[in-house]
Amino acid sequence: MMRMGLSSATHVLSLLCGLLLAGAAAATNPIEPLEFASETQRERYHDLIDEIRCTVCQNQSLASSDVPLAADLRSAVYRQIREGRADSEIRNFMRDRYGDFVLYTPPLAAHTFLLWAGPPLLLVAGALACVVMIRRRRRMLR
Amino acid sequence: MIRLALPLAIFALLLGLLLTGLFTADQRQIVQSPLIGQPMPEFSLPLLHEPDTELTRADLLGQPFILNVWGSWCPTCRDEHPWITRLGQESPATLVGLNWKDERADALRWLNAFGDSWDIQIMDYVGNTAIDLGVYGSPETFLVDHEGIIRHKHIGAINDAIYADLVQRIDQLIAASEGRS
Repeated sequence: MMRMGLSSATHVLSLLCGLLLAGAAAATNPIEPLEFASETQRERYHDLIDEIRCTVCQNQSLASSDVPLAADLRSAVYRQIREGRADSEIRNFMRDRYGDFVLYTPPLAAHTFLLWAGPPLLLVAGALACVVMIRRRRRMLR
Repeated sequence: MIRLALPLAIFALLLGLLLTGLFTADQRQIVQSPLIGQPMPEFSLPLLHEPDTELTRADLLGQPFILNVWGSWCPTCRDEHPWITRLGQESPATLVGLNWKDERADALRWLNAFGDSWDIQIMDYVGNTAIDLGVYGSPETFLVDHEGIIRHKHIGAINDAIYADLVQRIDQLIAASEGRS
């Protein structure tokens, strides 16, 4: 009985390990062997597919998504890098088709002002609140 | 009093913001296409029924048309199929089917089973035209005017309300094209 228990425990463990490995493999999407002219191009490719959103599964980047459209868009990025297009041109290519939403770093514009300025504004507001409170307390202590 | 009111006001503001965010989540899922008001991109794609013949953008210009993106692999396309059938029968505008990333044999079998009321069917096996059109899910339905400008796009299945809206918009596009000539 004891041995049975032990072996089934190891079975479960190895199964879990297998699942973990499968998960890791699916997440990094390595099954697209790509050739680049230089290491810089490879880095640019990986940076771009990390910052372009997959519009189908909207909280994933092109790099982390497995849907067919993400694969198509990855190959569009790859093709354009091979053709010697600049990062900004590739970003514009995506934006012209899918809108600002496709970029994880949207441009600074009137409608994205709060998005960019919100955090620093909140920080300043918090700092001001701190200063006011500390001063008030000091006055009370005196 | 102010000491209590201020944090309460901030809390209420935050609560309101989060609640609106929660209840408008479905609307924000739909990515507004930047292509509305832009010319329909150039393309050259083989016809589904005669793969040796290619159709280009220029072939469609002159009158408004409907471009419906579908695939045999797409379950929602089956849901909207009754409305597509109606659109094909009732709408005076040309109904173009863009068969997206599909095997030709699968597409033909699907049409055989469920009916083909599209006026023209083109195949985008690789998916480059779909990328140019900013397609990210099917079904998607575009309305293009007589000058080849994309005027409207509906993402997702057509239902009764959407159907009525599409028909009205198509009528406007047709009226506009006739008013010109």
